[in-house]
Amino acid sequence: MTLELQKPRPIWQIMFSTHHTDVGLLYLITSLTFLFLGGSLALGIRAELFYPGSQIIADSMTFNRIFTVHGTTLIFLFIIPFASAVGNYYVPIMVRYRDMAYPKLNAIAFWMIPPAGVLIWLGFADFTWYATPPYSIISAPGPAADMWIFGLKILGISSVLGALNFVVTILKCKHPDMSIGQIPLMAWAFLSSSLIIIVAIPTFAAALLMLLTDRLGVSGFFNPAMGGDPIAYAHLFWFTFHPEVYVLVIPAIGMMYEIIPRFSRKPIYSYNSGVFAFVMLSIVGFSSWAHHMYATGMSFTEKTVFMVGTLAAVPASAMHVFNFVATMWNGRIRFATPMMWAVGGIALFFSAGAGGVVNSAMPLDFTTHDTYWVVGHFHLFVMGTIAFGSIGYLYYMFPYVTGRMYNETWGKVHFILSFIGTILVFFTQHILGLYGMPRRIYDYPPIPEWIAMNQIASVGAMIIGISMVIFLANMIHSSGKGKPADTDDPFGLGGKYYYPFEAKNPSH
Amino acid sequence: MSGHSNWPEWIYVAVVIALMTWVGAEAWEAERLVEHVPADAKTIIVTGQQWFWTFEHEDGTKEIGELHVEVGKAYKFEIVSTDVNHSFNIHDYVVLIDAIPGRVNTVWFAPDKVGEHDIQCREYCGLIHYNMRGTLYVTEPLS
Repeated sequence: MTLELQKPRPIWQIMFSTHHTDVGLLYLITSLTFLFLGGSLALGIRAELFYPGSQIIADSMTFNRIFTVHGTTLIFLFIIPFASAVGNYYVPIMVRYRDMAYPKLNAIAFWMIPPAGVLIWLGFADFTWYATPPYSIISAPGPAADMWIFGLKILGISSVLGALNFVVTILKCKHPDMSIGQIPLMAWAFLSSSLIIIVAIPTFAAALLMLLTDRLGVSGFFNPAMGGDPIAYAHLFWFTFHPEVYVLVIPAIGMMYEIIPRFSRKPIYSYNSGVFAFVMLSIVGFSSWAHHMYATGMSFTEKTVFMVGTLAAVPASAMHVFNFVATMWNGRIRFATPMMWAVGGIALFFSAGAGGVVNSAMPLDFTTHDTYWVVGHFHLFVMGTIAFGSIGYLYYMFPYVTGRMYNETWGKVHFILSFIGTILVFFTQHILGLYGMPRRIYDYPPIPEWIAMNQIASVGAMIIGISMVIFLANMIHSSGKGKPADTDDPFGLGGKYYYPFEAKNPSH
Repeated sequence: MSGHSNWPEWIYVAVVIALMTWVGAEAWEAERLVEHVPADAKTIIVTGQQWFWTFEHEDGTKEIGELHVEVGKAYKFEIVSTDVNHSFNIHDYVVLIDAIPGRVNTVWFAPDKVGEHDIQCREYCGLIHYNMRGTLYVTEPLS
């Protein structure tokens, strides 16, 4: 691993570089910037819902714009670029190649993200991250909606370019001495998620174009007034974005596969079952998209098919959890900050999955669909699993990127506060959903249970907010003034055995 | 390749598959039963539009924002929308189905107690989505 920040360079040298670690650094800084921007919007939402009536947000239109941009930002501008950052740093090293397969394409894929982010943030659309027609066609105000569509279009192309690069790097550029069965599980994670992107994204790309022409009034694909069908959009959207859930979660699981064996000081329990589960997830992930649509009036047969497709993804996810627990079993575990985040992430992954089984069972879905249950459920994935795995990995790679150690105590405080906050917010939201509170509402009637649970969730969100300020301070301070790290063994795990890839790769 | 036997994992995977099969079978059975609309159910046409609900009974009477039904009778809702997607929801009776322009979705229920329940919109529909609410009154039979 190179130590970019150890050798002072003018910033434009990093910006115009095509080297994989420089592009990785750009991805990293961009994604973390959007993490803080998107997270601040969440705090605004929670403050507004602390009590019925208008609190800090003046009107419902502003509120609708805030939750739309919150979701869009954290999914497309934090989670995906963060995975790309880690992939850029580590995938070439793991397959023992000098760079990504196409370095210029790699830099182009990155540089599409800032303009897309600017479009989304300057537009500030209001039609939710799902851009549901016919609302998005006949009712959503422009130019915000059009800017969102263009922003997502650019992000989609960027994702596909990045994914192609990962696939070629892993399959074609790996060291000839290495078989595909020898690349680390994290590289398998990037291979699986990149293949899903290549198969899934074009569908949404087409739907976005149709949405745009519908908005311009020249077509009526999804507009019932012109003979179109909004349900067609729902199918196209979820055909991309249910598999996309696995695009988001698989790299985070891959990151946990790097952290957990090292900090347990044991080899992974079963490499083969990890690979099998990744491949299974990326195939079965395509069989469940319409479980988001039970309430649109689907036939009994359709619902049954998609319920079975959804439940079929559970064993593969459960295999990952088993693999992690079995790896930790009897290990000499060192609970440094990255390990705490990874283990916390697994616990929340399990909870999220258990809640998901409830959603997929047809009759129960009618209780939970479009309520706060769903908000709590998917946030346990995106925050509890993906952000936890990602932040844990950020702590893990910090000494290799900066050559300095983060402050371990504050790292642990960050984890503990975030873990408590996440449970307070998202477990509570599950129950709030069972009491029937719909998603995406600016105000709610003063039902005592709703108020109490909204307040618990808001307090939890503030705790997460405080922990993130600690995180930011720790990262900024430690990257400049932290203790120099022993890059041979920054976490004191004892020996180079636990970092096999650098040892074999002297050019890094 | 890791030099140990994997039988605990196989047992675990088998247990997970068995559990999921059970969940799926139970859900299939329950959904099959609740989707069966009773033959004597009265039809109520529910129209969702930005941002209120209109109810039309079989005898042609219309109500806006309020719905009066009699306890012990079965009702079938035919749900339509005139503008964007909505979702008709009486949470206390687990009545939920989307109102989608160009489609008629149906769902039924049979209130078993006299009382008042909230009706709400559960699909984002714009500016006043948060207040697209109504009240269900379940009353004693008049006759």
